[in-house]
Amino acid sequence: MKTVGKLFRTTAFKLSLAYFVLFSLGAWLVLTGVGRRVEQVLDEQVAETIDAEIARLTELYGEGGLRQLVASVERRARAPGGSIFIVSTAAGEYIAGNIVASPMLAAQGDALDETIYRRRGEGEEILHHALARLVVLPGGFRLLVGHDIGDHRVLRRILRQGLGESLLWLALVGTLGGLFVAYRLLERVDAMSASARRIMAGDLDQRLEETGAGDELDRLAENLNAMLARIGELMTGLREVSDNIAHDLKTPLTRLRNRAEEISRADASAEETRAALGGIIAESEALIRVFDALLTIARAEAGYSSDMMTDVDAGEIAADIVELYEPLAEEQGAQLHADVGARLMVRGNRELLGQALVNLVDNALKYGAEAEKPAVLVSARRVGGSIEICVADQGPGVPPQDRERVIGRFVRLESSRSRPGSGLGLSLAAAVARLHHGSLRLEDNAPGLRVVVSLPAAGFAHG
Amino acid sequence: MRLLIIEDDKEAGAYLAKAFREEGHLAELAADGLEGYALARESQYDVLIVDRMLPKLDGLSLIAGLREQKVDTPVLILSALGQVDDRVKGLRAGGDDYLAKPYAFSELLARVEALARRRSGPRGEETVYRVGDLELDRLSHEARVAGKQVVLQPREFRLLEYLMKHAGQVVTRTMLLENVWDYHFDPQTNVIDVHISRLRSKIDKGRATPLLHTVRGAGYMIRENGR
Repeated sequence: MKTVGKLFRTTAFKLSLAYFVLFSLGAWLVLTGVGRRVEQVLDEQVAETIDAEIARLTELYGEGGLRQLVASVERRARAPGGSIFIVSTAAGEYIAGNIVASPMLAAQGDALDETIYRRRGEGEEILHHALARLVVLPGGFRLLVGHDIGDHRVLRRILRQGLGESLLWLALVGTLGGLFVAYRLLERVDAMSASARRIMAGDLDQRLEETGAGDELDRLAENLNAMLARIGELMTGLREVSDNIAHDLKTPLTRLRNRAEEISRADASAEETRAALGGIIAESEALIRVFDALLTIARAEAGYSSDMMTDVDAGEIAADIVELYEPLAEEQGAQLHADVGARLMVRGNRELLGQALVNLVDNALKYGAEAEKPAVLVSARRVGGSIEICVADQGPGVPPQDRERVIGRFVRLESSRSRPGSGLGLSLAAAVARLHHGSLRLEDNAPGLRVVVSLPAAGFAHG
Repeated sequence: MRLLIIEDDKEAGAYLAKAFREEGHLAELAADGLEGYALARESQYDVLIVDRMLPKLDGLSLIAGLREQKVDTPVLILSALGQVDDRVKGLRAGGDDYLAKPYAFSELLARVEALARRRSGPRGEETVYRVGDLELDRLSHEARVAGKQVVLQPREFRLLEYLMKHAGQVVTRTMLLENVWDYHFDPQTNVIDVHISRLRSKIDKGRATPLLHTVRGAGYMIRENGR
């Protein structure tokens, strides 16, 4: 009972019902319209016949007087068919014809009108309908010519009956059809709900069934599945981060702990204690930095609300960061230059873009230092609908097969293991680029590495 | 300086209060949002230090409530949430400064002192800053040492301006990056130090006792000789 009630409540069933009502209304309008028109055409034909007869009979009356008329009327009245004739005196007394007096005989005008009549020789009780015209002849005699329209009424009745019957069938088929469609839909929606419940229960690898029919339910399932895939990716990312945190943070934490134990040793000298304490602070600061970078990445990947994004000039940010780092580069014996175009607007967050660039410049100075004359170039320009910010060094670069990998969190190539740094700089920059609907790629600077951050220019829809 | 620390972590609160007292300040403690709100409304403080996540009334609502009641005591927000948008939310709620946990006490102290100073005697209106024989004219954008003009890059000028605005106070590297470059992340390398040493070579060249001092473990301070 419950399932049946559910069927009747479905949108599909309600829609079928609405269609049925609309269709019935339409059918009724069409059929009555057609019926009227048919009747009208038939009536017109009848009127023409009547008028022709009247013209002929009036003519005969003019030529041969009443006798001629009566003879002609008697002859016509005997002919089979639906025509009716009656000639009467001015007072309405019967002279000739095939019907008993009609109430119309008393009328004044010669208008075509519907009337009832009784046929001569038939029972009193049998009334017929006719369309007739009355003519008052010179001399006061009255001539009524008409035609039976009983069959018109029959036609109308048949039409009405047909309409009623077909509507009945329609209602039956419509209801059954509606229930069937509703049932089919309900079946699929129930299946989707069941999958959704399984997913909610924790089975995140479940997907909604796609029938391949390409209909709206399929499209909905497709979109929901895409959403699930995205959520899955985020979850995997989160899991990876926690794995990496476990791996890469435990090492410095162990060092921290060792130093603290060193201090707690009874025989530690004041000097040793101070050195160990300094180490502890430095170690914890490095840990905090790694944490901050991880949180920034996670946050950027989770997305920021749109009110954190404004139109900012990527070129200005690049110039700012170069200006910030230039003295440091010089002190390290490297050259840091900016080559920046004007008005390179992107929709973004200045802080995050700045932080991403700081990481890239920091990396470039660190790894580019191996060159004979270290030089880092930061450039920003417009390429089609994108703004590209490049940070290029002349260091050892990254072999093509490793480029994809080094963007991952905590990934550091073997050659750079000994250098300070968390291995999060590139991941952070990549996460910030993705947050801005852009991308980060590594290219060969021949020699060296060129990191390109490509962001959609403000006003260009991101795909 | 009279401070109110609103912090629900008892150990952290007690540590902060003790550290501020050792620096010669009066520090009171409130353990939850409602208590802190009542105290901040009733008494006069120079600076409020507000933790963001507090029982009974959260930090941001507390600040918004105070601002609605026209209590304009400077507020420094302490929070474990240190991302870009967390900071923006904190400042929008009416906070004057935002410091993410964990932090170095020297950083907190410098920021609190800067906030208190801003209130007691804003130096913002002066057009010429003077420290010893160093002069900075904010209108003509000129700096002079003993009457002799020193050529500064625009950023160096702003750096010096900020240091002189806070003359006699410790200014941390992060504060400099925030106020001179308008970026709020942690300057990981010693980028700021190099800028300072460039500036120092311009204003302290040949001086027996320099004006621009490095405060170990904290930051920088510009002050007159012998004071």
